[in-house]
Amino acid sequence: MTTNRRSFLKTGAAFGATLAAPSLIAGRAGAAGEVEVGVLFSQTGGLSIVEKSLADATLMAIEEINAAGGVNGMTIKPLVEDGASDPKTFNEKASKLAIRDRVPTVFGCYTSASRKAVLPVFEKRNSMLFYPTYYEGFECSKNVVYTGAVPNQQLSNFIPWMMETLGKKKIFIVGSNYIYPREMAKVSKILIEQNGGEWVADEYLELGHSEWGAMVSKIKASGCDAVLSNVVGDSVISFYREFRNQGLSHDEIPICATVTSEIEIAAMGAEFAAGSYTSFPYFQAIDSPENKSFIERYRSFVGDPSAVTHHAMESSYFQVFLWKQAVEQAGEASPDAIRAAIGGQTFDAPNGKVTVDPENLHTHLTPRIAQWGEDGQGTIIDAYPEPVEPMPYVAYGETPENMFCTVAGLDSSKL
Amino acid sequence: MTETLFIGLSLSSILLLIALGLSITYGAMGVINMAHGELVMIGAYTGVLSGIYLNLNLLFALPLAFMVSALLGLALERLVIRRLYGRIIDTLLATWGVAIVLQQLIRLEFGLSFFGIHVDGLGPGLQSMDVPSFLTQPFEIAGVPIQTYRSFIILVTLLLTLLTWFLMYRTSMGVQVRAIMRNPQIAAACGIDVRRVSAFTFAYGSGLAGVAGVLLAGFKTVMPEMGASTVVDGFLVVVVGGVGSLLGTVLASAMLGQINGVFAILTNDILARAIVFGVVIAIILWRPRGLFSFRSR
Repeated sequence: MTTNRRSFLKTGAAFGATLAAPSLIAGRAGAAGEVEVGVLFSQTGGLSIVEKSLADATLMAIEEINAAGGVNGMTIKPLVEDGASDPKTFNEKASKLAIRDRVPTVFGCYTSASRKAVLPVFEKRNSMLFYPTYYEGFECSKNVVYTGAVPNQQLSNFIPWMMETLGKKKIFIVGSNYIYPREMAKVSKILIEQNGGEWVADEYLELGHSEWGAMVSKIKASGCDAVLSNVVGDSVISFYREFRNQGLSHDEIPICATVTSEIEIAAMGAEFAAGSYTSFPYFQAIDSPENKSFIERYRSFVGDPSAVTHHAMESSYFQVFLWKQAVEQAGEASPDAIRAAIGGQTFDAPNGKVTVDPENLHTHLTPRIAQWGEDGQGTIIDAYPEPVEPMPYVAYGETPENMFCTVAGLDSSKL
Repeated sequence: MTETLFIGLSLSSILLLIALGLSITYGAMGVINMAHGELVMIGAYTGVLSGIYLNLNLLFALPLAFMVSALLGLALERLVIRRLYGRIIDTLLATWGVAIVLQQLIRLEFGLSFFGIHVDGLGPGLQSMDVPSFLTQPFEIAGVPIQTYRSFIILVTLLLTLLTWFLMYRTSMGVQVRAIMRNPQIAAACGIDVRRVSAFTFAYGSGLAGVAGVLLAGFKTVMPEMGASTVVDGFLVVVVGGVGSLLGTVLASAMLGQINGVFAILTNDILARAIVFGVVIAIILWRPRGLFSFRSR
């Protein structure tokens, strides 16, 4: 990191202006009283429909913080980059943010593929990534704060509930063919067996596949009494449609999904999903004044009175506040200070109380189950009484007493 | 077993639906039309938009999409392809460019999104088309549940195939088209207006793509990228069936659809797809000109 005259002047000015944040001299941040952060989502390409909403939620949080006086008196200045739905581009843009702009924190990435692509950049440059998506776990980076759900936070309530409340014992597991659905299936199988059920099949379709004829007829022939779906993206829509077209109904064989969110429901036509279930920590339907106000603010922020809110998007929003609290507690915005201060931060998010786990930097979230209605909105029919501890290695035998990922890093001898 | 065959039949009909238009544009005119998938996509969006703005149901969207795609195809022929006859690699590149332009037109809502205007039913997001309820309720024949919508697709495909056969083999226009397929110079020497007939043929093939788009929209996701994957299936069928052979296209789609369906049930969809590609490779190694072909151009 060479110090040229310009950046020396800048940091000097920042030093003079904000004595409260002396370590800004470490060389990030723009003009006086500003702290720069990266916002890295796909603004273009196939994933932009979802990722744009994540970027919008991030920018909304930044705007709200700035309007309320900023962080330690500094205004947050977002540097928005476009990952273009392509992991390679994500890597390039992450390098640009970390090396050229020297931002200490980036809020970004949606898919696991893009996260894996940027991870080496953040680890090598010791910069922090705040990652808002629910994902498959099996990661223990000290440069990432994970604010989405991990498998145990989507499944540990869902599967016992399917067995006990719905009385479904024979489960057909279906997913898109990549890492997230496969890891989810692993955790599901453990939980299904623990709860005295059985899984009758574990099937996969290519990502983006839209011909569900054979799979749905297999589901019909399998004799299962519920379907656990880890299908993602546009395949979800053709799946639910085919399900109904083949005469299956959610009353007899409900689809219980871990990915189907408000966005997919809106795209497929609500009547195809009516009666099915999804497990997420956040739904637009959460009936609390905080959430109602959040939805309203988001809609006016994006200028679309019918915009939907969803889990990863809500995480994109509240993680900025967690970061802000960490910076305020540490008194500075350097990656090391953020990492030290972020553990244990608690925030009242639209979904309720969220806390960053000091050990594995994942987030304590409250699992909820919603049943979709004819209007495309969920009704929350089951919720954990309190936030659940995140266990990214639950598929490999991790328990609350025996955590694999701790402050010291991953204990790979336990794998 | 009956159900497996029905799934195979349904897959076949969808393949045929996509390949029918392509077999005409590629087979009859020697144009590798990479924009064929985008014409399918335009057809699908016509279905979506006519549902939103004109309140038309699927049955009325079919002829509308045929018109829209056919006119677009006509324009494409007049503006681009006409200048490239006989330059097969150039048509590939040019129509690929057209495909990208069409995709972006939908994604950027014809450029309106630059001005902050949002048109419902366009844009980068996922769309879907409403299917009338009488087409979604399954019925039973001899105890076997049959899907109405897929049966409807099979029926429409059958009708379009018959229509195409009739046009190609029972009308004077069809004779002219087939003459051009065999040898355009001699056809021109015999007094056939090659340019005019070619333009109409291309428009007809494009129109078929539009119809395919509406039918696909009923059970697949509609999005700007949907054309790319469909065009691959279409080319597979045309190449296996033999360029320019209607019978070959029908048989090839029947065969590939059944192979896909049977293996998808026996193993899984991912393997079934690999097997289909394997079969296609074997066939073009064994018969480079496809199952049914004749010497032409």
